[in-house]
Amino acid sequence: MDALREARVKTFVDAFRFIADNPHLLLVKTAEHLELSGAALGIALLLALPVGLWLGHLHRGLFLAASISNVGRALPSLVLIAFGLTIFGIGFWNNTVALVVLAIPPVLTNAYFAVDAVDRDVVDAARGMGMTELQVLRRVELPLALPLVFAGIRIAAIFVIATATIAAIAGGGGLGAIIVNRASYGDAGVLAASLCVSALAFLAALILSLVRRAASRRPVPVP
Amino acid sequence: MTLAGGPVIPNFGSGSSCEVTNGWFCTDWVRQHWSDTLQPALVQHIELTVIAVAAGLAIAFALALAGFRYRLLDPPIGFVSDFLYTIPSLALFQILLPVTGISVLTVEIALVSYTLLILYRNMIEGLRAVPAEIVDVARGSGFTRIQTFTRVELPLALPTILAGLRIATVSTVSIATVASFVVAKGLGAPIFTALEQDVFKTEIFAAGGMVVALALVADGLLVLLQRALTPWTRSGRPA
Repeated sequence: MDALREARVKTFVDAFRFIADNPHLLLVKTAEHLELSGAALGIALLLALPVGLWLGHLHRGLFLAASISNVGRALPSLVLIAFGLTIFGIGFWNNTVALVVLAIPPVLTNAYFAVDAVDRDVVDAARGMGMTELQVLRRVELPLALPLVFAGIRIAAIFVIATATIAAIAGGGGLGAIIVNRASYGDAGVLAASLCVSALAFLAALILSLVRRAASRRPVPVP
Repeated sequence: MTLAGGPVIPNFGSGSSCEVTNGWFCTDWVRQHWSDTLQPALVQHIELTVIAVAAGLAIAFALALAGFRYRLLDPPIGFVSDFLYTIPSLALFQILLPVTGISVLTVEIALVSYTLLILYRNMIEGLRAVPAEIVDVARGSGFTRIQTFTRVELPLALPTILAGLRIATVSTVSIATVASFVVAKGLGAPIFTALEQDVFKTEIFAAGGMVVALALVADGLLVLLQRALTPWTRSGRPA
């Protein structure tokens, strides 16, 4: 039993040694990982935020928002990547499309429900003050909805970083490329990359949590 | 099906022309390999999911009891389950590998970790949302603390708990496919095999389609369970 425990400890020690010995490799892979995740999350935000916010503002499309959230959850990341691979072949688009598709549901649904839930009296008051619909959304509903909107972005970011790891199977690069290539990097390398990508995901989630907290403390701006 | 003719590269086995040319979906292949590949994988996938969700439900329930009764415990439990949730699945499987080895246990520990956050949060929120007056009335009518919990608080929290169960189950079906990278069980296994064999499309679409179908069926069954257990709610709240 002691020998086994020793072997386990050794694997983790080796992993940390791998991190210390290969800082450049891990930094390059981390940068790749962030690039792929960032691009996908950015595209997803551009597509999903306006739709979610506007539908929430109109209080319409409950069915759409709920279905997108349900269907999105039922689409496994590995399956999406594998499907993408058959359609687009190996490359940037395969993985980016898969990641964007995964990131849209949490962003869109949270944006929708966040704006939809804003106190209607407040919105009516804003309209009564002569605000246009866009001003109501931008200056009243959005600030009040911001914490929930960021909660959705945070979930999307966690999904995207996790799935970008799996995307390495389809030539996505990033830290996943080390994890899926045990033959080249060995047990220590695989474990090291796993620890790095976990730290990356945790940091991203932590930063977005802090942003969300800051957003919920921010006083509502007076127009 | 026409006979294979002309140069076809690459060769995907000795099957029909569709398989040889790696067509979009070869029904022949699915029929031939249903009983030796797809069906066992489906059964394994269901097993992995059911065990993970059941264990997750039990652990989350114990944690929720603790977090509900002693509010001080809620932040640390929430933080740990949130931390586990952020770890990318492929990485968590690899991190557990040196500890628990190539075994179903490794897969289950990871799968259970991912269910905890959603189940725990929904249980706590459901229990906390029970109006204090209702609890007071129950206590005033002579209910013991345990009776109040089992007959008043728990039933009123049930819709929220079941909404969490739906999300956790569907996510587990999804994440279990990634588990096949570490332990060749479940519907992920044929997908990884197909990816290694020059992206054999039929197997990817068949197994992938089955995962999505399984997730939707599981979700549908839980909606029915939700309606049966909580007939007073008209429909599940949008999760």
